[in-house]
Amino acid sequence: MDIPYVVEARPDTGLNNAKLGIWLFLASEVMLFGALFSSYVLLRVAAPEWPHGYEILHVPVATFNTAVLITSSITMVMAFASLKMKDFAQYKKFIGATVLLGFVFLGVKGYEYGDKFLHHEYPSESTFLAIYFTLTGLHMLHVIGGMIVNGYFWGPGSKLWHTAPEQFTNRIEVSGLYWHFVDLVWIFLFPVLYLL
Amino acid sequence: MGLDPVQKGVLTLDNAATLDHAAAHGHAHEQSFWRTYIFSLDHKVIGIQYAVTGMLFLLFGFTLMLMMRWQLAYPLGSPIPLIGGLLSEQNAPGGIMLPEFYNQLGAMHGTIMVFLGVVPLAVGGFGNFVVPLQIGAPDMAFPKLNMASYWVYFLGGVTMFASFFVPGGAANSGWTSYAPLSVIATTGQTMWLFGMVFLITSSLLGSINFIVTIVQLRAKGLTFMRLPFFVHAQLVTSFLLLLAFPPLEAAGVLQLMDRLAGTSFFMPSGLVVSGEILVRSGGGSPLLWQHLFWFLAHPEVYVLILPAMGIVAEVLANNTRKPLWGYRVMVLSVIFLGFMSFIVWAHHMFLTGMGTTISAFFQTTTMIISIPSVIILSALFLSLYGGSIRFNTPMLFATAFLPMFGIGGLTGLPLGLAPSDIALHDTYYVIGHFHYVVAPGTIFALFAGVYYWFPKATGRVMNETLGKIHFWGSMVFMNVIFMPMFVQGLVGINRRLWDGGVQYAHAAPWQGLNVMQLYGAAALFLFQIPFIINFFMSIRSGKPVSDNPWDATTLEWSAPSPPPHGNFTTVPTVYRGPYEYSVPGASKDFSPQTEPDTGGGAPEPAPAHAH
Repeated sequence: MDIPYVVEARPDTGLNNAKLGIWLFLASEVMLFGALFSSYVLLRVAAPEWPHGYEILHVPVATFNTAVLITSSITMVMAFASLKMKDFAQYKKFIGATVLLGFVFLGVKGYEYGDKFLHHEYPSESTFLAIYFTLTGLHMLHVIGGMIVNGYFWGPGSKLWHTAPEQFTNRIEVSGLYWHFVDLVWIFLFPVLYLL
Repeated sequence: MGLDPVQKGVLTLDNAATLDHAAAHGHAHEQSFWRTYIFSLDHKVIGIQYAVTGMLFLLFGFTLMLMMRWQLAYPLGSPIPLIGGLLSEQNAPGGIMLPEFYNQLGAMHGTIMVFLGVVPLAVGGFGNFVVPLQIGAPDMAFPKLNMASYWVYFLGGVTMFASFFVPGGAANSGWTSYAPLSVIATTGQTMWLFGMVFLITSSLLGSINFIVTIVQLRAKGLTFMRLPFFVHAQLVTSFLLLLAFPPLEAAGVLQLMDRLAGTSFFMPSGLVVSGEILVRSGGGSPLLWQHLFWFLAHPEVYVLILPAMGIVAEVLANNTRKPLWGYRVMVLSVIFLGFMSFIVWAHHMFLTGMGTTISAFFQTTTMIISIPSVIILSALFLSLYGGSIRFNTPMLFATAFLPMFGIGGLTGLPLGLAPSDIALHDTYYVIGHFHYVVAPGTIFALFAGVYYWFPKATGRVMNETLGKIHFWGSMVFMNVIFMPMFVQGLVGINRRLWDGGVQYAHAAPWQGLNVMQLYGAAALFLFQIPFIINFFMSIRSGKPVSDNPWDATTLEWSAPSPPPHGNFTTVPTVYRGPYEYSVPGASKDFSPQTEPDTGGGAPEPAPAHAH
């Protein structure tokens, strides 16, 4: 007996296994970041004074990075759409671009971190910096995780296309859902940390 | 194995050979030894790995407690017999336990029993082994994630165990790791946090797998209201693990930052430690840790108890030879309980003085959540009524679960109300309460499960005489240990004291109870030996039995014992509910779920299994 619904959807749920799995995983991720955002709110409300993010952090750089991440979400969708249209060559370009944009994001983030460390602004300096480094650091780990997965599907993982195109397309969809979630977390992080 | 299963496009079970598969062929063809027994992808092997590891950790956690009980019985400096000499000079010079070591044992006993013992056995062990069989699935939905889940758990266990050997020893701030104490604690606490991150990751992988498996892989005709209660319990448990653990992971990350990067998430300003002001940026909140911790740890209580209730329901229905009383209400109750368990956490925090409004809210929700628990327990009690009960070993443990869990649950009510909780919270009363829930409660149910499903895993039944010795000994001495705790608590003896409170006038007259509890614990330990012997002896030389030795109705008993890879010889189709025992007019007193209705009623139409 093979495990059913690996590729095709179960009629009564309308989902294949991996898609239900990724949604559940994202639900747990919502709880993870939800707890961290709640901690942020609690610490900020309890603090006698709290700095404005724009006084400490570099808003234009982060705005650029937000654009980078949103663009990478678009290329991710394009990669999935290319597979749906059976255009493997175009898929390769778009998934590659997604990974590259991930590198750009990390580079900019690295520059921001480096700039902070250069001015001796460490997590231990204040609760604001502590939550800034923790939240963005954890988000960065998620970006790196997504890049590893997408990098695999750009490289060795893409061989699956030639044997099981439908399953491969499903995988890109699932990986895309995760990537969009990581993007979404940043969409929340950016105003909360930089603008408020 | 030739092609990677992933590259074949479909996930076949050829690479998930089971124990018996290898045994039947005399050699593991296309399967290495490692793939068959160690890095197995088969849910049954992984389930057994989980169960055995979990039971070993239970035994280890129990030995830690025996050392603590010795210290409590003889607080004035008496060397621990037998193993006292093996302990290092930093922990127990001359075999006499130091307070620091007592604290390590306390913290690690709790951590090991909950996160490395009971949950892995109840969810990882029974969940993995039984759920796919009960829903007629060939395996879990994601076999590789399943394997990863076990090995990450194992890594977490190794990390926790290794933490005893770092400078300063293991974590010593209690299993709750309250800040700021835990932030300034020795290196063992960092190990604890890393260990927890592994365990959380493991249960995350496991819970996703369980939910997807139960939702997607049910056999044809197996609608939700035809699922055995055990499967419902595991489904709700998985949701609790999925959604409640991430906040603790977040809290763990924040505490790691506090410890390693010098942040002050949980460190208030102006903290003085050993007479010196701590140099920190401050501004943090120790309460925040407690909120995040209990946001997990209260649902965790239900993670401990729900699979146990599931096991008891299975064993009870089977041995009373009648349907569960109020199956539908039980299912609705367990779902409601799952939801409610997310909004009761701060009843662990009445002592923090968080304000009467918040307290009132959490007292109300706590009273509400007791309703579904009482419904489930009452339904189980009522299921006994009018049954022709067979008292075999699994049934003895399952029956004993009811009053034991009842005591644990009812003694919890005064703890759910702030006025009485404030008096009782830091006393042995609390220890008595939750141990009744988990030790003679959950652990008895787990034993029932081991005796009940052993024939499915091995094709042999465990010895009844040894089983009954194990049961009666455990039953008596569990109560010898835990019943006096209510007395100790009500007279006001504080928990977590290294000397058992002997320097206090109000505690001194009750010191004799500690001695009694020590010998009770030692006797309980001795009565586990028949179980250990029985377990290993029965694997090889237990009485061989048929595929359905208990005349049960649920799907797992229609598979061969032990089930081959892929579990079922034919794809099962389900025609009826899970507990059709003693159906009037039927030729025998059980009607398996796979048996078509002969009464002429057409089977309920169901989604086709794609094959």
